[in-house]
Amino acid sequence: MVSQGAQSTKGGGERTEAGVSGGRRRQAAIPYVFLAPFLILFVTFLILPLAYALVISVYADKLVGGNVFVGFENYKQALGDPGFWDGVRRMIYFGIFQVPVMLGLALVFALLLDSGAAWFTTLFRLGFFIPYAVPSVVAALIWGYLYGPTFGPFSQLADYLGLPTPAFLSDTWMLPSIANVVTWEFTGYNMIIMYAALQAVPREVRDAGAVDGAKPWQIALYIRIPLIFPAILLTAVFSIIGTFQLFNEPSVLQALAPGVITDHYTPNLYAYGLAFTNQEYNYSAAVSFALGAVVVVFSYVFMLVTNRREVRA
Amino acid sequence: MASVPARSGKSSGDLLGSRVVITGFLLVFLAYSLLPLFYLIVSATKDGSALFSTFGLWFASFDLFANLKAVFTYDGGVFVNWLLNTAYYSVISAVGAAFVATIAGYTFAKFRFRGRTLLFAVILGSIMVPPTALVIPTYLLLSKVALVNTPFAVILPSLISPFGVYLMRVYAEQSVPDDLLDAARVDGAGEFRIFWSVALRVLAPGFVTVLLLSFVTTWNNYFLPLVVLNNPKLYPLTVGLASLNRVASAGGGAQNLYPIVITGALVSILPIIVAFLFLQRYWQGGLTFGSLKD
Repeated sequence: MVSQGAQSTKGGGERTEAGVSGGRRRQAAIPYVFLAPFLILFVTFLILPLAYALVISVYADKLVGGNVFVGFENYKQALGDPGFWDGVRRMIYFGIFQVPVMLGLALVFALLLDSGAAWFTTLFRLGFFIPYAVPSVVAALIWGYLYGPTFGPFSQLADYLGLPTPAFLSDTWMLPSIANVVTWEFTGYNMIIMYAALQAVPREVRDAGAVDGAKPWQIALYIRIPLIFPAILLTAVFSIIGTFQLFNEPSVLQALAPGVITDHYTPNLYAYGLAFTNQEYNYSAAVSFALGAVVVVFSYVFMLVTNRREVRA
Repeated sequence: MASVPARSGKSSGDLLGSRVVITGFLLVFLAYSLLPLFYLIVSATKDGSALFSTFGLWFASFDLFANLKAVFTYDGGVFVNWLLNTAYYSVISAVGAAFVATIAGYTFAKFRFRGRTLLFAVILGSIMVPPTALVIPTYLLLSKVALVNTPFAVILPSLISPFGVYLMRVYAEQSVPDDLLDAARVDGAGEFRIFWSVALRVLAPGFVTVLLLSFVTTWNNYFLPLVVLNNPKLYPLTVGLASLNRVASAGGGAQNLYPIVITGALVSILPIIVAFLFLQRYWQGGLTFGSLKD
């Protein structure tokens, strides 16, 4: 039995030796074959649309001459377009307030749930995360009704108490109202990312501070937060990108307050309107790329600032 | 749970006190998180007039079944189309995206080949490309090949998940031992068979995570279907409900459409919330490896 096994192994070894040269060539192709489905889709639905948008953004549909190359003309127009800057300015204003509030809450919740300083931690973790499962369209729809001046419960309560009707959907309050919807949707999601990062830190490291008699907030500030700084940075960069891309929530609330949410309320609403209402596809593509440039600049500056702070700390 | 060590000099009463305060604070935010859903449930039980005339945050008339019937029979049952479309787009996209991402992530983790580092860097970089920036050019390209207004226009772009590839690479590196693959190679199994019957079994939890994340993304997607579809029979729930809300807000003709929008919204989020609660192990797992690296 043993000798037979040894023999067949030797035979098998020879067979492999003989098959290697052909097999190795086949072997070398295998990674590309395995990657092909992803790469084909990736090129078709990511690289190609980006390249196509870049190409059409340097053309213009002229009355005379049809589709002609215009170089950076569309970009120049976008950079001097008050409609574009109005949206960008509004998103900067939105992000300065909404992102720190949302991430601050998420961080506090993550720290509290991770340290086990409360009862029912599983309930809170699940409950805070549930809004993320609600599509942003439905979230905006529900909040739109809650905000409603006629049958929204807040208006009913104010009415009952003899207070003036809160004007959630007015020009002044629309932006905070949208910020509230976004905070509601994404606080739990960001909390889970930070919580997961905290849980991944080895127990000995997390408990090291407690031995020295440090207070819980000192441990949080000087040990636990720096340990998960990369995860916090990740949520911040994604929040900045998401802010500039805001579309679904204002698009749904536009139905309730068309006079407040204009066609250039956010840069993405503007690009959408240019493409599908005005049929200005070339200019719309240039606006999208200009917006992309703004996003890159902001994310880059943000990372530069936070990196420097990290080095100093 | 017991990671707050008892400190000397702090009485257990203090600790209990802080626990009560913290739990109370978290309960406030829990109420905020659940309030809109509670409002939705309450409102779905009211008829059109009770919706306007009774307090929004408590039950009045009980017309849930009448509302459900109105939702499912509205405009010749178009809501049923939206529900089935959403399920169809989400299931196909999720299964496809999970397969494609799993085999790609496995390849990046377990093979050395030319261009590996560069390709992976490009894929990782593309996570930063906001999906909304792609939608308008995707529409223009799809319209050139007459795929606009077909289910493919929603499904095909949803099959790429660069984040899924990243996740599966990390997962495969951690969970598939090289020895296991080498043993299968010595046994003479081909690479495809090794992936299919050896690696995929080990990768199953990661596969389900990507499946779930893609499913949710497609189920909740609005901008892409809004742009590439204009036949209401092909709409998913998000686009259908938003269009119905526009009609309701604009006066809605003879019928009060608000109960239909509200009850329809409730029906549309139930499957996804149930999926989240039952499969929480998987999405939490996904977010955990996502933040493990870098």
